[in-house]
Amino acid sequence: MRTLPKLARPIGMLAFLLAVFASLLLSAPAVQAQTLAAPVSASTPSPSPSPESPASTPDSFPNTINGVLRNAGQPVAGVTIRATGEGFSGETVTSETGAWTIGVPVQGTYQVELDVTTLPEGVALAEGAQNPREVTFANTSNAGAIFPLGEGIVVQSQSFGELLAERMLAGLSFGLLLALASVGLSLIFGTTGLTNFAHGEMVTLGAVLMFFLAGLGLPIWLAAALAIVGGGLSGYIQDAGLWKPLRRRGSGIIPMMIVSIGLALAARYTIQLFFGGSTQQLPGARSPQIEFGAVSISQNTLQSLIISTIVVLVVSFLLLKTRIGKATRAVADNPALASASGIDVDRVIRLVWTVGGVLAALGGILWAYYRPGVTFNMGQQILLLIFAAVVLGGLGTVFGALLGSVIVGIFVEVSTIWLEADLKFVGALLIMIIVLLFRPQGILGRRERVG
Amino acid sequence: MDFLNILTGALGEIISPTTAAYALAALGLAVHFGYSGLLNFGQAGFMAMGAYGFAISTLTFNAPFWLAVLVALACSVGFAFLLGIPTLRLRADYLSIVTIAAAEVVRYIVTTNSLTDITGSAGGLNGFADGFYALNPFPEGTYNLGFISLSARDLWVRVAAWIVVAICCVIVWLLMRSPWGRVLKGIREDENAVRSLGKNVYSYKMQALVIGGVFGTLAGVLFTLPRSSVQPANYGSELTFFLWTCLLLGGMATVLGPVIGAMLFWVVLSLTQGLLYGAIGAGYITFISIPQAGQLRYIMVGIALMLLMIFRPQGVLGNKKELAFS
Repeated sequence: MRTLPKLARPIGMLAFLLAVFASLLLSAPAVQAQTLAAPVSASTPSPSPSPESPASTPDSFPNTINGVLRNAGQPVAGVTIRATGEGFSGETVTSETGAWTIGVPVQGTYQVELDVTTLPEGVALAEGAQNPREVTFANTSNAGAIFPLGEGIVVQSQSFGELLAERMLAGLSFGLLLALASVGLSLIFGTTGLTNFAHGEMVTLGAVLMFFLAGLGLPIWLAAALAIVGGGLSGYIQDAGLWKPLRRRGSGIIPMMIVSIGLALAARYTIQLFFGGSTQQLPGARSPQIEFGAVSISQNTLQSLIISTIVVLVVSFLLLKTRIGKATRAVADNPALASASGIDVDRVIRLVWTVGGVLAALGGILWAYYRPGVTFNMGQQILLLIFAAVVLGGLGTVFGALLGSVIVGIFVEVSTIWLEADLKFVGALLIMIIVLLFRPQGILGRRERVG
Repeated sequence: MDFLNILTGALGEIISPTTAAYALAALGLAVHFGYSGLLNFGQAGFMAMGAYGFAISTLTFNAPFWLAVLVALACSVGFAFLLGIPTLRLRADYLSIVTIAAAEVVRYIVTTNSLTDITGSAGGLNGFADGFYALNPFPEGTYNLGFISLSARDLWVRVAAWIVVAICCVIVWLLMRSPWGRVLKGIREDENAVRSLGKNVYSYKMQALVIGGVFGTLAGVLFTLPRSSVQPANYGSELTFFLWTCLLLGGMATVLGPVIGAMLFWVVLSLTQGLLYGAIGAGYITFISIPQAGQLRYIMVGIALMLLMIFRPQGVLGNKKELAFS
């Protein structure tokens, strides 16, 4: 067993490289898609974040309603679009690329109206298309409004089954990216007992790093890979510089939890210091919809689904089949016993922190594409869903976290069929509280007294 | 840079109603965590209960001031039961996750657009404090307190807020030296030992949760009164974490600790804000902007929370033997 820790590093690196490779491979088509859909370049990233300037002109408002007007694949320029609501009204004209953006002061519900008299000859709104239509912000700072154009094109109304299938697919994608973050959190909890409130900031870090790296002009795959490396480094440094010394001192679980809250606050506002308070888009954030019959999913969401599935499978394989994976599970099960049987517990924990950082960073990048948008507090928004997923599955169990994430992801998306979009996280949190009532140890947790 | 202004501003924070609200909410946390060992990370939710319970009953149902306060308190008791029933039997870290989640649920619900008529969604509510200011016993005029001069309205809100804080401090002091308080401390130290003495641990914890939550709710009312407005964005998890910082600054198993912690917290925040803004305005500091200086202060709070927890977990006043964790 003495040789076991020595294996930790190479296998960890292997897992990591595999993950990077997988994401590399799969993000290549995204680059092409991005260049094809290039006209929408209103939100190309710039390395210098725009400062929060006082909202004097509509464009400087923190929240935006936007869309792209196309007719038969061709952009439609010069069409007036108006947004009114929340005591505000703004107007814009679509650009050469058909893109339009209206800045609004507060997130809320707006009536967006397309001025049909400004449409060019021979172009009309599709039959059945709502105009004006209602747009509601869903906890993000941008909301989209699509006006389907084209003479005689009828907007397809989806049946409930199709809608459900579509939401389930999107939810699965969301759940799996959630799983990336929650597996890391669960591993850290399992091996150290720490409920890491700073995990959300590790998620943000991945997306923000990618944004800055892409802003430097790096290709999308390299930026993603480096951001993921950065995430892993942050996990490694955190453990080496903070958590290991605290464990040495024999700090209790609750003090460490409060330290993690302090770290989360400090990290969140450090990120805001450099990134600013606005929402920025990663390259290729707008992607075409792919249709499977009546079910449509955006290309980014589909790619995110594939990437996270592969990474989750790789992590599961490593945990179940490799020596270091078994060692990790042994430490999670009983650190003292694991230590007595020759496992270098500190080394396993260091690896867990590093892998946790890697997974969180990847999750952050995918979450930035899913929302879409990068903000300094995006990790904070997802943190409670991660907690919900982990508690639902059973604190400290890796596969419980995975299952919990998928349930939470699907639940969040499916609930938007009935719930307002800005309440979609509420359902998932309530589900967590209800599950705790009846099965405190979570779905896959072992029965033991948790009181 | 006007040092005198910055200094008096910081001193004014000692008696500001916001400080009183923070002190009271942190006192609630002291009952929860310092005395009972309950890890409540949802104090912002209790404060939101107070703020919205008061504002909605005043605006939507035209309730008089006292009735509105009672409604807010009833909401908070209900919220405490809702939180306590599923989680008080569980380990401390479960309670922390559920309370923070419940507080966020409250915030999402008051922010949602579907309830705009009642909650005002993201814009919040305002103009509901007339009932409170109608009770003002001070005649119109300016009152000079030496370093700060206040209008009758400002004086009344400060006096009322600190009277409430003082009453609550006395209540906590009396409660914690009673047999009931000793059982609570016993639960904090060793739950099973207390259970073996035949005490109903679950019921005691629930009572502590309700009492601390009621303090949080009163704090929520105090918090909204000076501005007469409530904004949902103020009741995020950051608020809870700031309250924890106040609690840990002062000392968690003490009566006056949370009050002193809140005063220290606001004086330091006000001083650093004044100095940073002044230095930026005067051109001494050029590498950060005004909003960045605001973020710098929050970074400081985060680092202070970490350092406090690592190096002086008992806070300014606390006794190291009385820590809810060892």
